[in-house]
Amino acid sequence: MADNVIVVEDLVKTYQMGDIEVNALRGLSLTIERGEVVAVMGPSGSGKSTLMNTLGCLDRPTSGRYFLDGKEVSDLSDDQLALIRNKKVGFIFQSFNLLPRATAIKNVELPLRYSGMREGRKQKAIDALISVGLGDRLDHRPFELSGGQQQRVAIARALVNDPAIIMADEPTGNLDSKVGQEIMELLLNLNKVSGTTLIIVTHDPKIASQCQRAIHIMDGVVDEEQS
Amino acid sequence: MSFSQILLEALESLSSNKLRSGLTILGIIIGVAAVVAMLAVGQGASDSITGSINGIGTNVLFVFSGESAGPRMRNENVSRNITQLSLSDAEALNDDVAAPSIENVAPVIQGLVDASYQGVVSSTNAYGVTTSYAEVRSINIVEGDFISEEQYLGHASVVVIGPDLAESLFGQREGVVGETIRISNQPFRIIGITESKGGSSFTNEDNQAIIPMTTARDRILRRRDDVVDMIYVQSIDSESANLAADEMTQILQVEHKIPVGEDNDFTVYTQQDMLNTAAQITGILTVFLGGIAAISLLVGGIGIMNIMLVSVAERTREIGLRKALGATKKDILIQFLTESSFLSLLGGFFGIGLGWVISYAVGKIAEATGNPFYPTISISAILLATIFSGAIGIFFGIYPANRAAILQPVEALRND
Repeated sequence: MADNVIVVEDLVKTYQMGDIEVNALRGLSLTIERGEVVAVMGPSGSGKSTLMNTLGCLDRPTSGRYFLDGKEVSDLSDDQLALIRNKKVGFIFQSFNLLPRATAIKNVELPLRYSGMREGRKQKAIDALISVGLGDRLDHRPFELSGGQQQRVAIARALVNDPAIIMADEPTGNLDSKVGQEIMELLLNLNKVSGTTLIIVTHDPKIASQCQRAIHIMDGVVDEEQS
Repeated sequence: MSFSQILLEALESLSSNKLRSGLTILGIIIGVAAVVAMLAVGQGASDSITGSINGIGTNVLFVFSGESAGPRMRNENVSRNITQLSLSDAEALNDDVAAPSIENVAPVIQGLVDASYQGVVSSTNAYGVTTSYAEVRSINIVEGDFISEEQYLGHASVVVIGPDLAESLFGQREGVVGETIRISNQPFRIIGITESKGGSSFTNEDNQAIIPMTTARDRILRRRDDVVDMIYVQSIDSESANLAADEMTQILQVEHKIPVGEDNDFTVYTQQDMLNTAAQITGILTVFLGGIAAISLLVGGIGIMNIMLVSVAERTREIGLRKALGATKKDILIQFLTESSFLSLLGGFFGIGLGWVISYAVGKIAEATGNPFYPTISISAILLATIFSGAIGIFFGIYPANRAAILQPVEALRND
């Protein structure tokens, strides 16, 4: 078996929406190798978001097994999941999700604070910001930064804890195509330098084409894989 | 996260909405200030009353007509004829053989009268007394003399006045001996001025006119036969006060021909009885005032809960993000509890300050209106207010903080 950072077997997720049961995932299986760059695509309602939430340990599957970095995480408690998210997963959101009142450093420090790190946090945050090209914007607050710069802060925040995977949910969705391409190049470059596994949810075929593999989700299962 | 970081973050978050935080704090400030001020006023009133009771004179007991207040007041015996205290009772008490613990006896009649000098009118307490009054009540004369035996027997129109009365009539507290004032339109010559005992709201002994009981009976405070209003008794020392009270009761039961087993038609009070009664009254007063004030503190606490709930709803997305980045339930709970406690404690500190100002103002107003008493803020009141406001922050913060802590990250992140 290759070095698989994500192994998902027969994942089922059922929501109760009022009287109706919604089957968001219907026995989905997939594996992702360490260091891979994978695009996850699919129309809305396909179960793509549910899959991302499950892979990101934000939500638990109804049934099925999920191994992240060799550890089964499908039946952990809320606080255990919080720890996994903190150590193993970096999140990048479409709308950046930075704390509006905090400086770039403070934003990037946040995961380190929740991991209980006391010494050297600031230096680590600064290093992460330098690695995304924001060495000269350390003390700026989000409203003093452009969209692309904000997303760079978010990327620095995602990688500051050296996670096993980075989940990027439409990372270029709120940016114009030029800046979006820069962000995409930054992500790919980080993957090359540090070997961090990258999972990108996107609608954009141009983004998907830059990934090593694209997984299409349809009706709660993997519809098609392209390499 | 370390405590200082948690606090710093709470501070940042609260200062991002200064108006709202300020208004929330205001609710606590008012509540705490009210509690502190009310406790201070209650304490001040208590001190003042205790002071004036102590000022009655050491070893002093007194007796007045009527049963002591109590449930027995309501039985049928209330309507029976009671024997008023009289001068002969006073004489009977002044018996070294029957009452060895009694040193001296001073019967008194009293009433509210108008005193005037050249058109200046002042309302004052007039006391018709015997010559022993000064000794029993520990009254010192700073200028002139007290009422003499001759003046008493001769129904003389003389008066000893307190310094406050002198000031209201003459605009000066001394140098008025020999002047003639009118009491209930009768001319009286001032023969002495008493030493100031310090005013009190309860019985201001600096505003009084002391005249011979013989004269008072003739012209100012008319009484049937030789009836007196109350009798002050001085025991030989403070230890024998209770002994003296027993002797008084026995003598008066005989004098008033009260059958064994019947209720007395008089009440003997020792200074300790008065202190106990006063402590009870002021205690009730303090609890009552404090209770009302506590309601405003409660309302302030509900204000905190309200604002924290709004804050949690507003920051759902932030909470979701923090959880996505690895914050546990406990992290979020502590974050919001810190904010609410901080609001509350800050309100508590300002509230103590405001409470102090209010107490000070109440003291000044009391002084200006001639009933001086001094609100006292005790350390225990400050401690109580601090602990209480902190507890309110935690108590009313728990519900909103818990709402935040149990948010599911997926749903919280979806929120916009």
